[in-house]
Amino acid sequence: MNINKKDKDRITSSPPSGDLGGKRILSAPFTDETIRSLKSGDMVYISGTVYTARDAAHKRLYEMIQRSEPMPFDFKGQAVYYAGPAPAKPGKPIGSVGPTTSGRMDAYSPTLIAEGLKVMIGKGTRSAEVIDALKTHTGVYFAAIGGAAALMANCVLSAEVIAFDELGTEAIRKLEVKELPVVVAVDCQGNDVYESGRDMYKL
Amino acid sequence: MKTVKASEITNLVEKLCIEACCVITGDIENKFKCCLETEKSPLGKQVIGTLLENAKIAREELSPMCQDTGVTVVFVKMGQNVQIEGGFIEDAINQGVRQGYEKGYLRKSVVRSPIERTNTGDNTPAVIHYEIVSDDVFHITVSPKGFGSENKSALKMLTPSEGVEGVKKFVIDTVSAAGGNPCPPIIVGVGIGGTMEKAAYMSKKALLRPLDEQNPDPTLAELEAELLTEINKLGIGPAGFGGTTTALAVNILTYATHIAGLPVSVNIGCHATRHAEGSL
Repeated sequence: MNINKKDKDRITSSPPSGDLGGKRILSAPFTDETIRSLKSGDMVYISGTVYTARDAAHKRLYEMIQRSEPMPFDFKGQAVYYAGPAPAKPGKPIGSVGPTTSGRMDAYSPTLIAEGLKVMIGKGTRSAEVIDALKTHTGVYFAAIGGAAALMANCVLSAEVIAFDELGTEAIRKLEVKELPVVVAVDCQGNDVYESGRDMYKL
Repeated sequence: MKTVKASEITNLVEKLCIEACCVITGDIENKFKCCLETEKSPLGKQVIGTLLENAKIAREELSPMCQDTGVTVVFVKMGQNVQIEGGFIEDAINQGVRQGYEKGYLRKSVVRSPIERTNTGDNTPAVIHYEIVSDDVFHITVSPKGFGSENKSALKMLTPSEGVEGVKKFVIDTVSAAGGNPCPPIIVGVGIGGTMEKAAYMSKKALLRPLDEQNPDPTLAELEAELLTEINKLGIGPAGFGGTTTALAVNILTYATHIAGLPVSVNIGCHATRHAEGSL
């Protein structure tokens, strides 16, 4: 998970997707085939496009679905990152950007998953309903490391607000990321690292 | 008599907001390094390694360690003879928060009303705690509190018959229920005794005790060690992915209480439990 400079340089010259030196780099957006290949507890790196959305944006997306309105971006294969970044310093695309607690999105996620937004990045456990929806729709929930936000900001190549600008930090941003480090928390079979990891080390 | 200028308070608070958010304290960083050796889970080790790397990047770039730069909690310790010149202390502190969050590129996460929920845009107002002391001191600690961990904190009014066993159970149950959400490895602040609000205040203040400092009360030091061992048996581990490092420390503060009561408050601090302090 620790990317030192040498590794970074090595990865830069590698193809956008695949295994390299034990590090698995996934290209986003995702195919069902990729999602099916992921196992809970695997550490992987995401390169490509992800969209930020947290509490307020989720509420709006959910309400727009209820009203059958078009979504601000095509959900197919796309990943949503539960994050509200700190302001960008001059010359930087984004400020510190770590994951927020995913559980607060649980009320909306099954509806969004059914609409096609079935790759999520956040932190913390998910509800049984969300896990069921991942199994039904071949989705995956990744956990980013809470608090490692300065490190993750350095994985962001560009950021652009694409919807709900008035929500400030909670706006939907389209990010281009390179080797964003994440762990497969819940895979499409419903295996949950928060449960299995805890069971393994419980004394 | 000591005189402190309101403008000096503002400047100090501004500096401490940025420092607290961007620079991890040495005691916590050292503890990470110890846990990197002792953690049994390979994934857990990688998480701790990442947190160390993150702390290094944040310090070198002066970027916030976490995007949630929190509600700004400010502890003021002030001598009873200290006089503030040139403005109201509370305005001076809030101006410092405003400047610190703007200049430090820190996220503004405070909403004006908990019901109506419009962002104040400058992270004010701070939550300020004043402590009046007899010495001629003016000391400020800024402790930005993110809500990933704050939301997992809890308070319970136990009965005296539940005793220390009841206290232990409540602390462990609270940490267990929090799981991976408060960004473990956590620091557990515990306030025991007083009244409801006194217990809550103590549990927050307890988070500030340096990790390399023992509790001066041997009975409490023993209780802290026992709780830490039990918490680390829960298996939650770094980031909640499983492991033997769920908490870095348990810090307890106590106060006299009523014959009929045993208030207990648990304030959970994330792995960074950010704070910075300075005097005028």
